[in-house]
Amino acid sequence: MSLKGIGVSPGVVVGSVHRIIHVDVTGPVPGTITSVLAALDAVANDLEHRAENIDLELAKDVLSAQAMIARDPSLEEALGQLLIADTQYADVRPGIDEAFSGFRNALLSLGGYFAERVEDLDEIAHRTVLKLSGLEAEDVALTKPSVVIAQDLTPADTAALDLNYALALVVEKGGPTSHTAIVARGLGIPAIVGCAGALVLEADVTVLVDGREGIVIPSPTDSEISQRQETEAKLRVRAESVTGPGRLSDGTAIALMGNAGNENDALSAAKAEAEGIGLFRTELLFLDRQTEPSVDDQVSMYRAVFDAMGERKVIVRTLDAGSDKPVPFLNAVDEENPALGVRGWRLTRIANDVLERQLEAIGRAANETSADVWVMAPMIDTPAEAAEFATRARAHGIAKVGVMIETPAAALLADKVLAEVDFASLGTNDLTQYVMAADRLDSRLSDLTSSWHPAVLRAISQAAHAAGDAGKPIGVCGESAANPQLAAVLLGLGVTSLSMAPSAIAEVRGYLAGLDLSACHRAAHAAINARSAEEAREQVIQILGA
Amino acid sequence: MPSQIVTVASKVGLHARPASLLIKAAAAAGVPVTIGRVGETAVNAASMLSVLALGAKHGEEIEITVADGEGADEVLAGLVDIVTTDHDA
Repeated sequence: MSLKGIGVSPGVVVGSVHRIIHVDVTGPVPGTITSVLAALDAVANDLEHRAENIDLELAKDVLSAQAMIARDPSLEEALGQLLIADTQYADVRPGIDEAFSGFRNALLSLGGYFAERVEDLDEIAHRTVLKLSGLEAEDVALTKPSVVIAQDLTPADTAALDLNYALALVVEKGGPTSHTAIVARGLGIPAIVGCAGALVLEADVTVLVDGREGIVIPSPTDSEISQRQETEAKLRVRAESVTGPGRLSDGTAIALMGNAGNENDALSAAKAEAEGIGLFRTELLFLDRQTEPSVDDQVSMYRAVFDAMGERKVIVRTLDAGSDKPVPFLNAVDEENPALGVRGWRLTRIANDVLERQLEAIGRAANETSADVWVMAPMIDTPAEAAEFATRARAHGIAKVGVMIETPAAALLADKVLAEVDFASLGTNDLTQYVMAADRLDSRLSDLTSSWHPAVLRAISQAAHAAGDAGKPIGVCGESAANPQLAAVLLGLGVTSLSMAPSAIAEVRGYLAGLDLSACHRAAHAAINARSAEEAREQVIQILGA
Repeated sequence: MPSQIVTVASKVGLHARPASLLIKAAAAAGVPVTIGRVGETAVNAASMLSVLALGAKHGEEIEITVADGEGADEVLAGLVDIVTTDHDA
């Protein structure tokens, strides 16, 4: 019996299951100082054992550093002061928490590298409590090539996993634009989201994952494997048959660019012959930071991505922290409704200095590199916000300033917004969630969070027209650009460049090479006049072919 | 008790690799070793958390003290060596 989800990154693989189940202890944990120290010792033993048995240098270092902390005499001393000898406690957790929190606060106050170690402390405290409760901590890190199955993968999980060993990602939750999907496309491995019941698959079961069709087949037969691999291979051949700059069959040039979060992504984009980086997500460099990186640190992080692209274009997006991407030192306040809260450029309302320092760092890095650096702000709603951003960015010597159009307000006022800046980029993931008023992370709403929806396409059409009238470039940097048919519709609507996961570029290039601009116009016309996302997609496939 | 005031040589300060080298050496010394800023309370040099929490930066002066015992001077010399070497170079 196969499982069905939403295929978000194509490819067919067969591999054994690595299941991630998060264990949490809720009730009181009885114990004594002796049992606590024994648990801590057992945790240290586990960590040392894992450090010895893992091949990867980076993971080995992290595990041995954690083991050293677990063996720390000062920790034992602090616990000894809080938990009296020969006393049975109904719940030892408050004592453990207090002992750890002393060191936690000391490290946090030092910032930088020290503050990052807080995650290690928390991990050790968590594992100690699990041991005392007789539970085993889940082993997140991969030690052999596997298909990763989880309820959901957070950015923290994907950092802890060694993704070099991930053959495919399958999660029960999430939609096409969730973190899991983006990471998988970045790595070029198959991924399926919203796959209900995936966690019933036990560790080491062999499964086939078809990331294009969204199918997981446990214990697949030889004929199932060969049939799916052949179909996949046919589609790949088309992708590899065309190289060079993006072009329609009538010669119309289409800039195909890559989305990047770090230097590795940029290198993948360069390898995929991307004409530049259409979206450099700077927040990914901040997500695992407990404190703000210094301007100097930021300059070198940005330089690494710029330099990977030589003289090509790199469009930097300023911090898009908030909502599903909270940054520890910025988004501490609980928000009722984070997707509609203080995020993106709105952070200037609560952390203006952080954005100012980022612009300074981007300006400096741009000045030092030969890449053609453009900068844009996320979550711009109004012409006034666009004007403020443009003034501030230009003050740091940034030549080309632009905005993301990802709210209905910005799409409706695109002519006024564009008057303030040099270019715009449509963030179709958020634009879809806001136009449809449907949470893009809620898999129950996945039929509503499709960028194929005519309501979304009409918002894009309005913004693209405004850009055309103003003679300014407008790109798409959402995941919609990675779908070949939808990419054709976007071009038909007047979009001038497409930026996507580097792994998707070849397929989009190959598909577009077989179409002319008038076919794109016909497809766009049909799509915006459809009644639903499904109808739009069906009609476009009828016009353009699969 | 033999002690010496030295300048932290590593660019990153006393954390990551430099800290871990120091802690391992202090733990292997067989005699208690403390480390701290001159005139301030010294901490156990064999404790990763205490050394990290000290937060000694590049170019800062710190005092290393080794308790009396056999080979204390050699232990001190070894520890001074670790702190005064730039491990990031």
